[in-house]
Amino acid sequence: MNRGQTLFTKRANWAVPYVVFLAIFVLIPIILIVIYAFADADDKFTLANFRKFMLHPEAVNTFVYSVGIAITTTLACILLGYPAAYILSRNSFAASRATVLLFILPMWINILIRTLATVALFDFLNVPLGEGALVFGMVYNFLPFMIYPIYNTLRKMDYSLVEAARDLGANPASVFARVVLPLSMPGVASGIMMVFMPTISTFAIAELLTMNNIKLFGTTIQENINNGMWNYGAALSLIMLLLIGVTGLISSDSGNGKEGGIL
Amino acid sequence: MRKSEYIIRVKNVSKVYGDKTVLNQVSLDVRKGEFVTILGPSGCGKTTLLRLIAGFQPATSGEISIAGNNVTQTPPHRRPVNTVFQRYALFPHLNVYNNIAFGLKLKKLSSVVIAGKVKQALRMVGMTGYEYRDVDSLSGGQQQRVAIARAIVNEPEVLLLDEPLAALDLKMRKDMQMELREMHKSLGITFVYVTHDQEEALTLSDRIIVMSEGRIQQEGTPIDIYNEPSNAFVADFIGESNILDGIMLRDRLVSFAGYEFECVDEGFGENAPVDVVIRPEDLYIFEPSEATQFTGIVSSCIFKGVHYEMMVQTPGGYEFMVQNYHPFETGREAGLLVKPADIHVMRKERVCNTFEARSVDETHVEFLGTVFEVRPLDDIRNRKSFRVEIDFDKIILHDNEEDGQLTGEVCFILYKGNHYHLTVSTDSDEDIFADTSDVWDNGDRVGITIPPAAIRVKPLTCGANE
Repeated sequence: MNRGQTLFTKRANWAVPYVVFLAIFVLIPIILIVIYAFADADDKFTLANFRKFMLHPEAVNTFVYSVGIAITTTLACILLGYPAAYILSRNSFAASRATVLLFILPMWINILIRTLATVALFDFLNVPLGEGALVFGMVYNFLPFMIYPIYNTLRKMDYSLVEAARDLGANPASVFARVVLPLSMPGVASGIMMVFMPTISTFAIAELLTMNNIKLFGTTIQENINNGMWNYGAALSLIMLLLIGVTGLISSDSGNGKEGGIL
Repeated sequence: MRKSEYIIRVKNVSKVYGDKTVLNQVSLDVRKGEFVTILGPSGCGKTTLLRLIAGFQPATSGEISIAGNNVTQTPPHRRPVNTVFQRYALFPHLNVYNNIAFGLKLKKLSSVVIAGKVKQALRMVGMTGYEYRDVDSLSGGQQQRVAIARAIVNEPEVLLLDEPLAALDLKMRKDMQMELREMHKSLGITFVYVTHDQEEALTLSDRIIVMSEGRIQQEGTPIDIYNEPSNAFVADFIGESNILDGIMLRDRLVSFAGYEFECVDEGFGENAPVDVVIRPEDLYIFEPSEATQFTGIVSSCIFKGVHYEMMVQTPGGYEFMVQNYHPFETGREAGLLVKPADIHVMRKERVCNTFEARSVDETHVEFLGTVFEVRPLDDIRNRKSFRVEIDFDKIILHDNEEDGQLTGEVCFILYKGNHYHLTVSTDSDEDIFADTSDVWDNGDRVGITIPPAAIRVKPLTCGANE
């Protein structure tokens, strides 16, 4: 009847609060990062920040090392998570729901608390903190994010496809290699997204599990920002953002973006 | 070796899930090159039987051999059979070509040979030129053609088809039936086809196996099955039938619906209770005249395309279905006639409910896991176990499950002209048979009461006849 009423009844309008939130806390900061990254201390346009990164071997090394750690973590998560998801998806429904819950349960506890507990545990067991501990902590923290999407795609897979493959002469190994694995790739792709993205930017886990001995790229950014080097920090953030964007594109492409996703 | 004449031999195979028997001592032989259809209503065990032959499930007991080899324990990928699934089960991550080539690639054939075979298979199913299409972009009928091509390209000894046309619309189904028939002829391989569609079975098969409740009811050529159904279930399931209770008075004389008829059957003895089956197209309908065997009032007349289907009510309260090219107006009196050779007489599987029972005290017995009150037991007081008989029409069924002494589910309904003959599966998984004029549906939950006066107590050892 009147305009005020259509404002609330039109369903598209219900998204307005979130769009506003998104604009203020996501879009504007990203724009600010881009502006800061291409500006010098006097707000003039410059590429000096990127040049500084390229000419700074320590920063580049940290960057490469971070990417390496992230890839290692992601691969370890796939190797550990895929068999777990596969076994879970094959179990009877009631039993597997309970077991899935067990795998997901650690996610209910705050990541910092979990990591602090890991540090305490390693201390108690006299396990030296360092690179090994770091990768362990990352895998431990992010493994559920790999298991769940893979479990979901396997669960949804039509079992008659497995029967069809067996019928056409495929032994159990071929059934897995030619049917189950290719059909679960969308789940693996979302798992990679869910694990790779946070591992490349995290710094808390690295600080706690290496006693600040190993610096990751996230830590470098945090230090620069803390020390008032806003423009350089912004440039580093932008580089990381681009890397995450590229990963997202690659994995969503390989998975057709159709299936998978967590929940 | 006469052994090789049979490509599939199924011997006394049973399949039990938990405490439910899906297949009960099924035996079946399939000849090389035959087109055999396993026909039955849903839940009769036909798909389970096919899956046992394909090897997707192990048999609980019994033996299956294919091409002379015992394959009871062989996994599916080592059996010389291929399956066409009801829901196609095409691999969504592969295109048409790679779907069809799937089995050939596993055999490690050269890519030139594979390309040739795939092309030939596609031509066979009329899908030439679709090699590089995504399977999701195909229609249901096209997907089923690809599924058939994927199976036959492996040149199996036997092609198993699990309701392959069930998901298609009527027109497409008819076309595909003809094509399957042609394919069977030109390929020369054995087809084992599962369906619940009796028309499809009659059209396609060399031989039909009718199944119900995990057992084979009858097997034979389509013409045999249609013309000489071996029991009331088969008669009811294949085509339309009038099925009535009758009495075989003596050889070649049967009484039903209150009249006596000449027939051609012999050897039932005198006054034997029988089931009588008359196909609706075998009942002649005309103006009442000298030739009339009995008369009735036409209660409905429906045009069915080629013929009219009429329901005729006799004065004795029986209803007959009649098919004729000429309609009779509703409400008119008509004369009916059936030739002796068209009256099919079958021995009844049972004439009353029979259960083994145990006495509790002088006025109570226990059977079907329930204690029933009976009239005082005199002669068998000292016996522990004996037999009880209850006539079909004495069983009382209730809408409300709590009103009965025990509960069950209606699992089969047979219309007998003036009443319904129901098979009720009790919760202890035994069947009670009840005659009623009330209308029930398959799957209805009912309460069952057996009045004391209806329970006849008989000694256990006595013979079957009274």
